[in-house]
Amino acid sequence: MATVIQIAYIIAAALFILGLKQLGSPATARRGNRISAVGMLVAVVAALLGQGIDYTWILLGVAIGTVVGAAAARLVQMTAMPEMVALFNGFGGLASLLVGWAAIAPGATTFTLVTIILSILIGGLTFTGSMVAYGKLAERIASRAVVFSGQQVVNSLIVLGILAGSVMFCLQPENHSWLYLVVGLSLLFGVMAVIPIGGADMPVVISLLNSYSGLAACAAGFAVHNNILIVAGALVGASGIILTQIMCKAMNRSLANVLFSGFGSGKVETAAVEGEIKPITVEDAYYVLEAASNVAFIPGYGMAVAQAQHVVKELAELLEANGAEVSFGIHPVAGRMPGHMNVLLAEADVPYDQLLEMDEINPRMESVDVAIVIGANDVVNPAAREVESSPIYGMPVINVDQARTVFVLKRSMASGFAGIENPLFYKENTRMLFGDAKESIGALVREFGN
Amino acid sequence: MISVDSYFYLSIILMLSIFLGFELINKVPATLHTPLMSGANAISGITLVGAVGLVSAGDPALGKWLGVAAVALATINVVGGYMVTDRMLAMFKKKGK
Repeated sequence: MATVIQIAYIIAAALFILGLKQLGSPATARRGNRISAVGMLVAVVAALLGQGIDYTWILLGVAIGTVVGAAAARLVQMTAMPEMVALFNGFGGLASLLVGWAAIAPGATTFTLVTIILSILIGGLTFTGSMVAYGKLAERIASRAVVFSGQQVVNSLIVLGILAGSVMFCLQPENHSWLYLVVGLSLLFGVMAVIPIGGADMPVVISLLNSYSGLAACAAGFAVHNNILIVAGALVGASGIILTQIMCKAMNRSLANVLFSGFGSGKVETAAVEGEIKPITVEDAYYVLEAASNVAFIPGYGMAVAQAQHVVKELAELLEANGAEVSFGIHPVAGRMPGHMNVLLAEADVPYDQLLEMDEINPRMESVDVAIVIGANDVVNPAAREVESSPIYGMPVINVDQARTVFVLKRSMASGFAGIENPLFYKENTRMLFGDAKESIGALVREFGN
Repeated sequence: MISVDSYFYLSIILMLSIFLGFELINKVPATLHTPLMSGANAISGITLVGAVGLVSAGDPALGKWLGVAAVALATINVVGGYMVTDRMLAMFKKKGK
């Protein structure tokens, strides 16, 4: 039986790898995800063939998990996807913590104890870190960066405590106080690690936590000597790290800067901006759009908040029917998780070949008649190119200011997330269309209808 | 029961898997980053396999409860993760369809 189980694990690993490979192209992605799901099924069935397993209790756990997971997956709104991923991530982390804990057995070798403590540590901080990220994304807690004096000292003490507790646990595994100490401090550490990170940096945090949940599974795999956990966990760990790197690069900041600088905690830059704000009415905007032959939409988190993706698609169709070429420019960190905007636009039936990455749209910007910025701010801020004193100087942005005309849809003139002034709003070719993005676009759609 | 050799063997698996992961994910287009992440997230629910093995008969009560809780949580991760990824990917369409 043990041989059968091992062979099943090899098959499962192959299916995971194949599935992930196919997830890399839009045409095969759906099949890839299903292949990976089959791999998971194979692995779980194989695990159930193991000896001395208490099926009643497992069935209970699986039943609860299936109902909750399936309900959540069906009910969640596409705009709330970052929150959902954060929650799932957290559950995975907590599961790994529990597996590590339950794997503690008398007579364990030091190596096993080290891997147990690692799965508890990584699992614990993934859990609470994801929960805080969830709270920030769902705006249940303030999404700005929370910094206080002495934060570094407190964090250093927690890390020292974890280190000391871990060493003592490995030396005296029978004394459970050390275990509880490490569990508690790991949970606390997850909270402390994510509270100083502001809402707009969430794509990095989510990617990193995603990576951690894989690494936690990996450590749990060492703790229970199971190589499918190690393979699958490492694959997830690696993918999360790659996404983290892509996100950091898109903001021109190091991972350390994102994690520790408290970016967006309310420091306001006071560089004077010249020019004046020029508002535009829906009617005038309509006349400009009607004459345009090349229109680019640049969406940001505001589009998700306003749930404006469907009306945006409607407007895009009307513009195309009017003979204009329409494209969408997506900044890698637009939204609250990697690829957030792409999913929303896919939901609204925008074909994915109409979505251009930053490097594709920037060279074409000069031939764009109207660039419509919907709820994006920092990712289109020309200060990143022009103002050396700006906190986002050097960050690659979508150069909408190079289009002939720029419409910025914005609720008010309150400054963006990081409190950074955006000179774009004051440029000669910029017009501000104030109001809720969904209503403004809807009004434009109605103008086209008349 | 478990020799030092087997740790090296597990470590080699770990190293190869990490390199493989980097190779696999490196070329994924930005459009698919969200489904990739939630799909990978579902895979991290593999910890379910470890949890299942721990809910064995005759364990001390605490171990069993921890195991059952881990099974439930990991199942949420697995089932929810795969389903929501599938739901998202169903929406990705090419032009002209």
